[in-house]
Amino acid sequence: MMEIGLEHYLTLAAILFTMGIFGIFLNRKNVIIILMCIELILLAVNINFVAFSSFMGDLKGQIFTMFILTVAAAEAAIGLAILVIFFRNKGSIAVEDISSMRG
Amino acid sequence: MTEVFMFSSIEPMVPEIFMAIAGLALLVLGAFNGDKAANQIGWLTALAITVTIALLLQTSAQPQIVLNGLFVMDQFAGVMKLLILLGLLVSVILSIRYIADEKMARFEYPLLMLFAGLGMMIMVSAHDLLSLYMGLELQSLALYVLASIRRDNAKSSEAGLKYFVLGAISSGMLLFGASLVYGYTGSTNFLMIGDAVAQHKEIGVLVGMVFLLAGLAFKVSAAPFHMWTPDVYEGAPTSVTAFFAMVPKVAAIALLIRLLFSAFPGAIIQWQEIVWALSAMSMAVGAFAALRQENIKRLLAYSSIGNMGFALVGLAAGSGEGVTAVLVYLVIYMIMTAGTFGIVLSMRRNGQELEKISDLSGLSRTCPTSAYALAILMFSMSGIPPLAGFFSKFMVFQAAVAEGFYGLAVFGVLCSVVAAYYYIRIIKVMFFDEPVAMYDKGTPFARKMIVGLSVMFIMVFVFNPSPLVDIRRDAVTVFFPHG
Repeated sequence: MMEIGLEHYLTLAAILFTMGIFGIFLNRKNVIIILMCIELILLAVNINFVAFSSFMGDLKGQIFTMFILTVAAAEAAIGLAILVIFFRNKGSIAVEDISSMRG
Repeated sequence: MTEVFMFSSIEPMVPEIFMAIAGLALLVLGAFNGDKAANQIGWLTALAITVTIALLLQTSAQPQIVLNGLFVMDQFAGVMKLLILLGLLVSVILSIRYIADEKMARFEYPLLMLFAGLGMMIMVSAHDLLSLYMGLELQSLALYVLASIRRDNAKSSEAGLKYFVLGAISSGMLLFGASLVYGYTGSTNFLMIGDAVAQHKEIGVLVGMVFLLAGLAFKVSAAPFHMWTPDVYEGAPTSVTAFFAMVPKVAAIALLIRLLFSAFPGAIIQWQEIVWALSAMSMAVGAFAALRQENIKRLLAYSSIGNMGFALVGLAAGSGEGVTAVLVYLVIYMIMTAGTFGIVLSMRRNGQELEKISDLSGLSRTCPTSAYALAILMFSMSGIPPLAGFFSKFMVFQAAVAEGFYGLAVFGVLCSVVAAYYYIRIIKVMFFDEPVAMYDKGTPFARKMIVGLSVMFIMVFVFNPSPLVDIRRDAVTVFFPHG
């Protein structure tokens, strides 16, 4: 049976992180998807921290994860609030409508 | 391993603790009195910041690390915090009247600035990746809300949304880097990371460092991570733009210096190359992209990108002289920006704010004082001697040349020549174009004071530059104990 080691976790985290970044830049539809991608990035980081922490037997990484989870919640709240006022002004949350300023 | 709690163990963070408590108390006051109290809360916030400055001046500058290595207070932190608090004070004072004029006076506005300032103080004192992240997020979350504070305005909410999305990506990259650095060095403490990097440079740590640098470059708005800056500066209310241009940049550069010199001095060869590239690109973007701007806030956004490029030249040099030059650069940049925005904030006609460069035309005849003040500020920004802006550029280039970065220094001077075009164009518009109607009267006294002080500083700096430079040099000895 295959042993699941640190490198598997790191690879998973790296894939999730890349998916998150690409999701933000390739997505042309909806701002909500961007918010989901941001969460994905933060969760990838959490997997990294927890994996390192557990393999090194050091608690700091898990404490860091708790802080990231808390801040991610605050960040999502602020992001959604800003999205709501944007929707009130524009009547749309499509990515191509966020373009009144250019240059 | 438990430590007994004593007051002395939190003494170095008394200013931060006071600021947090004052902010929360004012928040309660605002919650009870609503937006009618916005004006009083603005002045009370300014008072709280003044008291914090007084407390900071009482705090001993002996290097102390408290909270199990999370928080450091030393001379560098003290000097940077003083600069941040002064910038914060100026921004709050510049805002109070503006938000009333624009009918967006909410009591949260000055408090968000206060909390952003608290986050910046923690950033400057961070001695661990955890406190770095918490400080950075406290600052960023407050700034996202500030950018979109004008809820009924499409541009402001768009600016907030863009800032939020790009800021969140940058935090994500920074965290990914932090997780790699933690994994490959086994610690989040800057000193321990420094030891681990000095002994053994693994590729994982270097990748982590690059991610950390990319995340911070977003916050400094160094090219190629600058794309949010012009849109956020244009969309946000002008008083918020003034704040963005002055204070968060200083905190982010201070954090960058702290991180690079206390956690990664062992990888100096590697990060010098990155900072070199960031600096060259920022100077180029700042010089060329600003040439065809018609909006003064957008122009100042590109100008701030270029200025951060010049500041990073000193950091790329990697020497004590270089960091001293960066700090002097930041002080002078902040003072020039405060003066410039003080004038831009007063550009109003019939109760409407103006932000086109053409709206400045003929200012020398309709309002000569502002025109001459802005002309001096623009000459200083473009680096014409004997104004202060010349010396700040001179010092960073001198430091770069001393370390053998001839190419970067020459490129910087060329970019500064290109940038001089758009600064001088503003002067041309003010002095040689036909005047349009007068601006509204009634610039508040505080705003005139700030512009006046800033212009004075720029002009008299040449006579006695040594006190400022010496204070900065002392601050830098934290990182360069042997010279």
